[in-house]
Amino acid sequence: MRLPSWLSQHLAALRAVLVFTVLLGLAYPLALVAVGRIPGLDAHADGSLIEAGGRPVGSSLIGQSFTDSDGNPVPRYFQSRPSAAGDGYDPTSTAASNLGPESMVDTITSDEETSAQSLLTQVCARSKAVGELDGVDGRRPYCTPDGVGAVLAVFRADGLTGRITRVVSVNQVAPATPFVSTWQGVPVELARPDQDYVAEGGLITPVRGDAPAEPAVPADAVTASGSGLDPHISPAYAEIQVARVARERGADPAAIRELVEEHTTGRSLGFMGEPGVNVLEVNLALDERFPAR
Amino acid sequence: MSMTTAGMLFVLSLVVALVAVYRPFGDHMYRVVSGTRSARVERGIYRLVGVNPAVEQTWGVYARSVLAFSAVSILFLYAFQRLQNHLWLSLGFDPVVPHGAWNTAVSFVTNTNWQWYSGESTMGHLVQMAGLAVQNFVSAAVGIAVAVALVRGFARSRTGELGNFWVDLTRIVLRILLPIAVLGTLALMLGGAVQNLSGGTDVTTLTGGSQTITGGPVASQEVIKELGTNGGGFYNVNSAHPFENPTTWTNWIEIFLILLIPFSLPRVFGRMVGQNRQGYAIAAVMAILALASITLTNVFELTGHGTVPQAVGAALEGKEVRFDVSNSATFAAATTLTSTGAVNSFHDSYTALGGMMTLGNMMLGEVAPGGVGAGLYGLLILAVITVFVAGLMVGRTPEYLGKKIGSREIKFASMYFLITPALVLAGTAAAFATGNNSTALNVGPHGLSEVLYAFTSASNNNGSAFAGITVNTQWWNTALGLCMLLGRFLPIIFALALAGSLARQQPTPASEGTLPTHKPLFVGMVVGVTVILVALTFLPALALGPLAEGL
Repeated sequence: MRLPSWLSQHLAALRAVLVFTVLLGLAYPLALVAVGRIPGLDAHADGSLIEAGGRPVGSSLIGQSFTDSDGNPVPRYFQSRPSAAGDGYDPTSTAASNLGPESMVDTITSDEETSAQSLLTQVCARSKAVGELDGVDGRRPYCTPDGVGAVLAVFRADGLTGRITRVVSVNQVAPATPFVSTWQGVPVELARPDQDYVAEGGLITPVRGDAPAEPAVPADAVTASGSGLDPHISPAYAEIQVARVARERGADPAAIRELVEEHTTGRSLGFMGEPGVNVLEVNLALDERFPAR
Repeated sequence: MSMTTAGMLFVLSLVVALVAVYRPFGDHMYRVVSGTRSARVERGIYRLVGVNPAVEQTWGVYARSVLAFSAVSILFLYAFQRLQNHLWLSLGFDPVVPHGAWNTAVSFVTNTNWQWYSGESTMGHLVQMAGLAVQNFVSAAVGIAVAVALVRGFARSRTGELGNFWVDLTRIVLRILLPIAVLGTLALMLGGAVQNLSGGTDVTTLTGGSQTITGGPVASQEVIKELGTNGGGFYNVNSAHPFENPTTWTNWIEIFLILLIPFSLPRVFGRMVGQNRQGYAIAAVMAILALASITLTNVFELTGHGTVPQAVGAALEGKEVRFDVSNSATFAAATTLTSTGAVNSFHDSYTALGGMMTLGNMMLGEVAPGGVGAGLYGLLILAVITVFVAGLMVGRTPEYLGKKIGSREIKFASMYFLITPALVLAGTAAAFATGNNSTALNVGPHGLSEVLYAFTSASNNNGSAFAGITVNTQWWNTALGLCMLLGRFLPIIFALALAGSLARQQPTPASEGTLPTHKPLFVGMVVGVTVILVALTFLPALALGPLAEGL
């Protein structure tokens, strides 16, 4: 019996899918899993696990949080970057924040659940917190002194034009103090929860302020990575943490600095990528060389 | 060395490497697709599949073979996901929901690899390696096969035959994709990419927290994901994940793999039509567009305009320290200039204009250099449109490589070009008309960009996203699935129809009035036509999204 051509074509297709599934879906990956068992390669293939005191404490490629159970930074450790993966550095729920470059109006509601910080406020809050922890200037452009985005909703008589009728600092609520008291002669109000000042017609105006153009807290300290698992911090971010870690461990800052350098990966071949300090590795080395008092 | 200098050297080294492999690798691919001797394993596969490798196919049979293979693949992948809880290595995950399984099946078969799901919490290891990754190979091979069939249309005359799809598929998989994939996997494993079947290792962190170090056959999937310009990550965060892309040099390798086949295929075209210079002209068009785009993306990202980048001091949100701004921008441009869609940083948090570049790259139709195969056939269609436009200007019958571009040919080429803009703009409008745009994370112009990006990515079979938008809903999964399906197979049908029509023609000898298609003038014209067509089509949409945000 001769099958109709459309049927024989689909049967050929099905056989092809099965053949390629066995070849490319089983033989190829499993052979390479087997290759990954070769001594020397197996540590890599299994995720570059690091042990301390005989038990695995993490992977040298995956960052982790160095915070206590309440989420506060543990000062004797170098701190990692902010992370959007789960509750922070969760490899089972990797994620970036995906907030855009003009995300600067917080959603402030009376119900905490539905409130959401804009990316700008997150950046400002992190900068302030890092500044306080490490004793450096935490100010940034477009940030208020109390660590939220310095953003005004400016209402004008005729929408886009006309005299200013009302100005609201959209990310600040009572009991805060508005980051500027007046805007072009009009007193600045605090925001109230559950108000949408954009929908009401306010023109969103970020205010640069007088913070230095190159803030003391480095960029990687105030931004979440793409993976949420970034194992590195920039050498600049490590540098502002050295004094604190040295103090906490009663060690000489120069010795700590040396340790940081040992765990800094430079650019491959001198031009690929950027240098980074592996935070888990440097913290493990600290525990070994300078156990906390 | 400053980041800008290092970033320029990074791009330069990629250019040098791609130029170096253009001839040898292009010649290798040419021998693969034009050879007739079968290896024993290939003969075995033909016997198992039940096809006669010596029989050639007309464009209609070739197209039906592509469609049959893809249809069966979609059904197979759908069933695989729906039944994963009964299979080995499911890691305890539930079956994938119906609309999600449909979307993912279409996504991987169409070489799009749009992902509504997080790999680490949705797909078991077996579905990843024996379902999704298999399509990474064969969907790439389908693209190359269709491109080769179109080139045969130019190269052959007075014949209906365009080759045998099953032979092309098998030879491309076994002789081009698989050997490079094996070598690439070894390289990534040396860098630290994971390759095991572990369900994860629980560890207690230094400060007493708990963390699960995930496992999986990652490296083997990562390589073909880049080489086949697929882009579907093993993990949610794709090539930003240290287990997929552990070091700064694996990052270089991954970008090289993305660009390797698309940039070398013009050599195959030149060899097949018997004039290498025609290949150089097509490669030059690709290179001009790609370099311009990579440069602009780097400039916008390194300049870092926008309120948040200014507050931060760099456009570093969503980027890794090891890649930083420049190498992230270069990856982003490469992944959207091709149909890859893998990401090592998150485009949603890019500066408004940097993000617009990634969007614009896809809108170009992914021809510079485009997806494997899809880039070449896309650019050849644009070349056909260019000779037609030039012919109108001087009042001569347009011809390309001795083949007349008559009304039949130009109809196929125009239909090919119009499909994706129609899908992108109609889809975006439909999302707003039905209120489904409300799942966007960001508000204002950026919210529109997220919706526009989703439809642009799906319809062009890219797969990257402005990932803030939530697309795990029935409406989004269905709509984007349809866009991926139509955006892949309608253009393929028109490309093959065009090939069939060209192959039947008797070549016209070149005369004084023939427009030389290997000279800089023609290269410039194709670049112009490509950019102008895209600008005319998409400028209004871009003005409402990224331009409104960035200016």
